[in-house]
Amino acid sequence: MNITVKLFATFRNGRFKIEQQEWPEGTDCRHIAAGLGLTEEEIGIVLINGRHVPLEQLLGHGDTLSLFPLVGGG
Amino acid sequence: MDKILRVNMTDLTTRTEPVPAAWAGLGGRALTSTIVAAEVPATCHALGENNKLVFAPGLLTGTPAANSGRLSAGAKSPLTGTIKESNAGGTAAQMLARLGVKALIIEGLPKADKWYSLHVSKDGVTVQEESELIGKGNFAVIEALEARLGKKTGILTIGPAGELKMTAANISVKDPDSKIRSHGRGGLGAVMGSKKIKFITINDEGAPGVKIADPEKFKVAARTFAKALLDHPVSGEGLPTYGTNVLVNILNEAGGLPTKNFTLGQFEGHDKISGETLHDTIVARGGKPKHGCHAGCIIQCSQVYHDKDGKYVTSGFEYETIWGLGADCCIDNLDDIALADNIMDDIGVDSIETAVMFGVAMEAGILSFGDSKEMLRLLKDEIGTGTPLGRILGGGAASVGKAYGVTRVPVVKNQAIPAYDPRSVKGIGITYATSTMGADHTSGYTIATNILNVGGFVDPLKKDGQVELSRNLQIATAAVDSTGMCIFVAFPALDIPECLPALIDMINARFGISLTGDDVTDLGKQVLKTERQFNIEAGFTKEHDRLPEFFKTEPVAPHNAVWDFSDEEIDEFWNF
Repeated sequence: MNITVKLFATFRNGRFKIEQQEWPEGTDCRHIAAGLGLTEEEIGIVLINGRHVPLEQLLGHGDTLSLFPLVGGG
Repeated sequence: MDKILRVNMTDLTTRTEPVPAAWAGLGGRALTSTIVAAEVPATCHALGENNKLVFAPGLLTGTPAANSGRLSAGAKSPLTGTIKESNAGGTAAQMLARLGVKALIIEGLPKADKWYSLHVSKDGVTVQEESELIGKGNFAVIEALEARLGKKTGILTIGPAGELKMTAANISVKDPDSKIRSHGRGGLGAVMGSKKIKFITINDEGAPGVKIADPEKFKVAARTFAKALLDHPVSGEGLPTYGTNVLVNILNEAGGLPTKNFTLGQFEGHDKISGETLHDTIVARGGKPKHGCHAGCIIQCSQVYHDKDGKYVTSGFEYETIWGLGADCCIDNLDDIALADNIMDDIGVDSIETAVMFGVAMEAGILSFGDSKEMLRLLKDEIGTGTPLGRILGGGAASVGKAYGVTRVPVVKNQAIPAYDPRSVKGIGITYATSTMGADHTSGYTIATNILNVGGFVDPLKKDGQVELSRNLQIATAAVDSTGMCIFVAFPALDIPECLPALIDMINARFGISLTGDDVTDLGKQVLKTERQFNIEAGFTKEHDRLPEFFKTEPVAPHNAVWDFSDEEIDEFWNF
C-alpha cells in the first residue's frame, strides 16, 4: 500500500517533511515510526487523516500519517 | 508591609491603604476579580466613572520562583460587558511586588479634558499632568520615558487606540528588552483611556523586596518546580525551540485551524507561516528563537523576529497572532504578519481581537482575503489615527460584523474566538461558551488534552468528557492565574506529579501557611463563582453561554464537524 508520511518539528531534522512510502498491507504506525528511527518515548502526537490514533493503529492504502514530538503552545 | 495603592482620578488624589484581611491570601486574578466584584457596580458603563481598573501581581511574583512574573489587570470590560482579568509578562509585576504593592486600584474620571500619568515608587503613587506623549505610539512612549526617568523604569502604557477608547485597545507592559508585552484581551486599554491615564511608571528603588517566611522550604520547592518545567518536553524543549507557533501545523493536520473567517479547518499556506518556518527564518536572520517575557522565565517561548536586513521587527510573536492574520485572513506572508504585530503593539490593540476582526472585515468586503498590504494600511492609517472606519475596526470583530451586516461573526459575549475551531476541537468550545471572560482559550486550555496528549487524551471530535475537562481546567487556571505564574506551567503540572505540590509548597513557604491541593482548587472555584456572580448582576444569563449560530449549521472541513452540544449539556459546566 502507498501512504503519505508527514513529519513535524524536531522529527524533520535529518529526515524529511513529507514522503510517499510503500508498505505491506496491515502495517501499523509503530512499525513506520521505528523505520524512521523514532522511539516511542519521543512521539507525542500520531494522526491518521487528521484523527488521533494509538501507535498500534493499522494503516490503509492512501492514508496520511502525521507524526509530532510532544510539543505545545497556547 | 504589603499595601493597596488607590488613585481617585475624579479629584486627582491618592491613598496608601492597609491590605484588608480578606484580601491577604489573594493575588493576581483572584485579587483583581475580588476587588472588581466588591467595588464596581456590575451594571455600570465600563467607560464611565464607576468602573475601576485594578492591577495586581500574583502571590509568588517577586520571589525567585521560576515563571512567576505575571501581572493581572482587571475591570469591567467595555468589549464584553463582563468582568475581565487579563494577565501579561513584562517587568512591572515584579517591581510592584518588590514595592509591596498588593494592588493598584484606579477609580473615577477626571473632570477636565486633560491627560495624566501615574508614578509608583516606595513612597506610594502620584498623579501628574501629561501633554508631551499624548497621541504617541507605545514604542515612542517607552523610549521617551526611559530617557526622562531612566532605563530601569517600569512602564504600563496605552497607544492611540486606548486614548480613543476603542474596545480592542490593550495595555502595553514594557518587557526586559524595552519592547512590549500586552494585557491584550477585553479592551482594558479603553478603560485606562477613559480615565485619561496615558501611562504608569514604576520606580522600585529602595523597595523592601518580597519576604519569604520559610526560605529553606521555598528553595527546595522552587528547585523541584523549576526541574519539572525543564523536564517536560513541551515547556522544556518544544516551547523554547518553536514558540507557541508550533501549533499552526498541529492544528492544520488535526483540521482545527480556523481558516478564511472560520469557513475551513485547514489552510493551504500553513507551511509558510508555521512554527518550523518561523524558527528557521529567525535563525537565518540572526534573531532570537528563544526569549523570556519576564526575568525568571525559564520556558522562553517568546522570540525576536528580524526582517530580511537583520533589523528588529517584533517579539512575542505568538501563534494566535500568526494564525489570525495568517490562516483566518489567508495571508501566507510571515514578514507582513510580523509588521502587523509591530503596528498592533505600537497603536495598542489586542492582536487576537484585531486579527479575527480582519477575517470578518474581509468577509464584509472591506478588503480582500489575503490582502496583507491593505491590512497594514488599515491598521496604521485608519485604526491608528481613529478615522470613522478605524473606530469600527478598532471595536473588534463584533463591531465590524454589526456595522456591515455579517452573520458569520466568531465571538462569544462580543469577544473574538481564538485559534481553535470549536466544531473540530469540542472541549475548547465549552471553554469559549462558559468562560467568565467571553471567548478565551487560556481560561481553560483543553487543547492540551484534546490535541497535544498532555494530561491524558479526550477525543476532540466527540462530546464525551469535554464539559468535565473544561471545568477542571478552568478551575485550575483561575488558581494558577492568581499565583503570578505563566499558564504554561500547566503542561508540566498536568503530567509531572511533583510539579503542582511544589507550586503549593512555594506559596506555603512564601506566606508561612499550609494550603493543601484542595484549598487551591477551592480558590479556583471561588474565583470563577465570584466572576460569574458579577456577570449575572451585569445581566448575563446562561443563554449568553452559547456559541454563534453558524457553528451549528455550517459543517467545517475536513471532518465536516458541527457544534452539537445541547444547551443543557453546556449548562452542566456550572454544576460545581
